[in-house]
Order: sequence, then C-alpha cells, then structure tokens
Amino acid sequence: MSVTTDDVKYIAALSRLKVDASELETFGKQLSDILLYVEKLSELNTDGVEPTSHVIPVMNVFREDIERDSLAIEDALSNAPERAGNFYKVPKIIE
Amino acid sequence: MKKYEAVIGLEIHAQMLTKTKMFCGCSTRFGSEPNSQTCPVCIGMPGVLPVINKKAVEFTVRAGLALGCKISPYNRFARKNYFYPDLPKGYQISQYELPICLGGVVVLNMENGQSTIELTRIHMEEDAGKNIHEGMKDFSCVDLNRAGVPLMEIVTEPQIRSPKEASAFMKKLRSVLRYLEVCDGNMEEGSLRCDANVSLRPIGSSELGVKAEIKNINSFRFVEKAIEYEIWRQEEVLKEGGRVIQETRLYNTSTGTTESMRSKEEAHDYRYFPEPDLVPIVVSDTMLKEVKATIVELPDEKVGRYVNSFGLPLYDAELLSQEKSIAHWFEDAVNKGGNPKAVSNWMMGELMRLLNETSTRIEDCKVTPEHLIGLIKLVDSGAINVKIGKTVFEEMFNSGEQAEKIVKSKGLLQISNEGELDSVIDGILKQYSSEVERFKAGEVKLTGFFVGEVMKQTKGKANPKLVNEILKKKLV
Repeated sequence: MSVTTDDVKYIAALSRLKVDASELETFGKQLSDILLYVEKLSELNTDGVEPTSHVIPVMNVFREDIERDSLAIEDALSNAPERAGNFYKVPKIIE
Repeated sequence: MKKYEAVIGLEIHAQMLTKTKMFCGCSTRFGSEPNSQTCPVCIGMPGVLPVINKKAVEFTVRAGLALGCKISPYNRFARKNYFYPDLPKGYQISQYELPICLGGVVVLNMENGQSTIELTRIHMEEDAGKNIHEGMKDFSCVDLNRAGVPLMEIVTEPQIRSPKEASAFMKKLRSVLRYLEVCDGNMEEGSLRCDANVSLRPIGSSELGVKAEIKNINSFRFVEKAIEYEIWRQEEVLKEGGRVIQETRLYNTSTGTTESMRSKEEAHDYRYFPEPDLVPIVVSDTMLKEVKATIVELPDEKVGRYVNSFGLPLYDAELLSQEKSIAHWFEDAVNKGGNPKAVSNWMMGELMRLLNETSTRIEDCKVTPEHLIGLIKLVDSGAINVKIGKTVFEEMFNSGEQAEKIVKSKGLLQISNEGELDSVIDGILKQYSSEVERFKAGEVKLTGFFVGEVMKQTKGKANPKLVNEILKKKLV
C-alpha cells in the first residue's frame, strides 16, 4: 500500500498539521512503510473470530449517577492559551 | 399540480436527565457559571479514563423499549474524530456500528389519519461544549459545562412527508421522553434539539433526492418553518433547472430562511474507531426486565383508554394525555366520580386557559379534582348555570375555596323560580315594547336580545332554559 503526496496533504489537513512541501515525499514513504508493516496482520486467517474491541475480557464497568466535585474555574482555565472572563478564548469560529 | 414531494428525516438530540455527565461525575445542571462544571475527564486532559454512567444506559434502554426498538445485547462506544473548539478531546465518544437501540416506531394522529414513522436507531453519545459568538468582535468564547453531558440521538427513517408531520413527531417524542422521565424536553434550554434532512423527489419516484441538513432547530414552530422554507427553496432550485447540493444549512429565526454554512472543512471524515478506553456493555435479560418494570403507561395507551373506556373524543384524549401531570389530574378526577366528558370539558376550557394565563403548573394549582367535581355537581343539579359556573371556576382557581361556598357567599344560585322570572320578563317586555312589535312582525332573532336583557338584570343567574320557555309563551 503506498501513500501518495495527496494522501499526506489530506491527513495533515485532518490533523491540523502544517507540512512543508519538501517533507511530503518523506512522510509519504514513512507512512507507507508503517502500513506495509501492519499489513502483515492480514496474512492471518480471522474467519469466525469476533473483532476485538478490548484486549482484556472485561465488560459493564459502570459509575453510579453521583455528583463529584468539579475543578475550580481557575484550575480548569489555567492551561488555556487565552481566556476571556471565565471562558476559553478561541479564534472566531463563524465569520 | 405539485411536481415534487418532500422526503424528511429527523435526527433528534435529547439530553438525558441524569445528575452527572456521561463519563465523569461533573454536574449537568443548566445555567451555572461558565466552566464551573468540568474536570480532567470532560476537558480532555491526557491520561484520564472515562467511566460509563449506568443511569444513562438505563435511560436509553428505557426509551428504546418504550418506542418499540430492539435492544442490542452487545454494545460498544466509538470515537468520532473532528476538530472544533467546543470538543476538547478532538473526538466525541459516540456509538457507530453498534447502536444500543435499533428500529422502533412512533405513531402520529394527523388530521387525515394515522401515520407511522419508523426509527432507524437510538444511540448514546456525549454532548460538546458551547460556543458563544454574539457580541465578540474577533474571537469566540467556549464554555465546557455541557461537554460530556449524556445525549440520546434518535434517528428516523426518511418517512416524514410534511413540515406538519415533522412537528407532530417532535411533539409526540417529547411527550414520550417526558413520561419516561429520561429528558425534560426543554427546547429553549437546548435539552431537545433537532436536525432535519430534507430532500425532494418527483412524485411517484422511489429514489431519494440530494438532501440538505438543517441544523439545531430548537422549537416546534421552527421545525415547521425551517422545513417549509427549505422545501420552497429546493423547489425553486429544481424549477430553474438547477441542482440541490448536499450541504449543511442553518435556520435563521429572524429572517425565516435557511442559510448555507460555508464550512471550511473538507468532506467529513470522522475516522470512527472503537473507543479503547471503554469496555463493552452487555445488556442482560435481567437488566431488560428491570428497566421494563420502570416504564409507565404511555400517552398512546392513555389515548386508547380514554377513548374506549371513557368515551372521550380522540381530540380530547390526545390533549389530556400529552403531559403526564395533566393526565394524572384527569384520571384522579374521574376516579373520584367525575363524569369524564364534563371533567374533560372543564379542563380543556377553563383550567388550561387559567393555567396558561398565569403560567401555573397543574401540580401547583389551587383547584383540585375534588373542587371540580363539586362544581360539576352544582351545574348538573341546576343550582347554577354553566356561565356562572365559569365565574365560580375562576374564583376557585384564585382562592382555592370550594364551589359550594363561593356560590353561597356570593349569592350565585340559579333563579329557577318561575314567578320571579315572570316578573323580570314582564318588566323587560314592557320596557322594550317596540322590540316586541318588531319580534311579532317576524324578527325572530330578537329572542337573543330579550334573553340577554334577562341575564343582565339577574346578573347571569337566571335559568336559561326556563327563560326561553317563558319568553316563548309570552311572545306568541
């Protein structure tokens, strides 16, 4: 499976990453190599095997609907690059 | 003749009435100080582990069973990946290929008969935060209190054919969810939101046209208005030989139009994959049984019972059963001996009017079923007439006094004494002798005038039947 430079651009856009044109080919090759490596798994016959959604056979882990303390507003916002009052401040979303 | 028919499917997001969020113990309370109800789990700090709120699963199963869905025994969550400032983790935990409820139906009583709308699925997911754009010039604000609040997403098949049917569907669904106490249905606060997929196709065709998705409609009226506009818009596009493009549109409540959201994002590519932080949910027969036991009698069953056992018209039955508290009040009155039709008439007339006018909830109303039964007895026995009854009802509503006491203290007993009415009527006929002449000359509709005068003079207390009889005798 080979990853084209267009694929790299598309994946970069979905991941909100800026990729320099000079890097496109390198990343394409690296991604192809990774996929090729994982491809090996498809050599395995998995007919009749349930897809694994979790590696340990555990199910029904629940919480009761009981309220717990939240973070103080100051703590919650302390990692925000910018704030406006008690809000996170972000670039304008709708023009 | 119309060339196209509309094909409408709805996606409804219902906020569940849990105390805490889907995957953490933060409160779901509405209207708190921004960002005061968050924790490392719901703001997406690295290294945290979500844990499923059991109540949210029970609520979704309850809604699914009540709506006739099949409950999947094996469930898991999936990550839906996209970037948006209100989504701190960069993905929403949702369900994808294995939703907890499949199928189901909602039956609507429309003017031209019943229509059955099938559901595709109901699944659980977490809500995103809230973006605030208004009033800010070059930035937006984000409040994450809502991030992680449990939602049920209810998806219909594209079987809805008109804006009216769409809003009837929303009303019915809201009523059922409120009966089940899984969602408060408060559309203004956003606990019930609706996206509508609208497309047109030539009448007779069975293929689906290209659809537009209208986002975030938050009232019954807007559901109708937004879809109405969108159908008109697509008709115009097609008439001019154009093509409808697949896009997301927003309903603008001030202009009554839908507008394209020029989304800068490329085609949606959510890259769903199973959520590795959560283990699967297996719904056991025991759990199904337990949840089934919590389902109360629903509006459809009540309507059937009100029509069949109480002989109410369908219209009355639908109105009285829409809200559980109203239905309980009605049933209480009937159980205590009230005549169902009389109780229904008073409730749909005076009671609903006064509750609306004073924005009172029926639970807080001073008129109890016993009050109403007392009033109906007075009217049935002829002690007061219906018109005075309405005055007495309003007085009961304001003061909480019993009808009998109000009638006594205000001297409202009906005048059914023939002698007394005789003399009143004689006086009136003398006073309006020219009207009497005109009546005798054939102006029969003047009867109403004479009755009105009698009522005026007796302050509405005259027995109307008797007044009519006496007038008839005296005027021939």
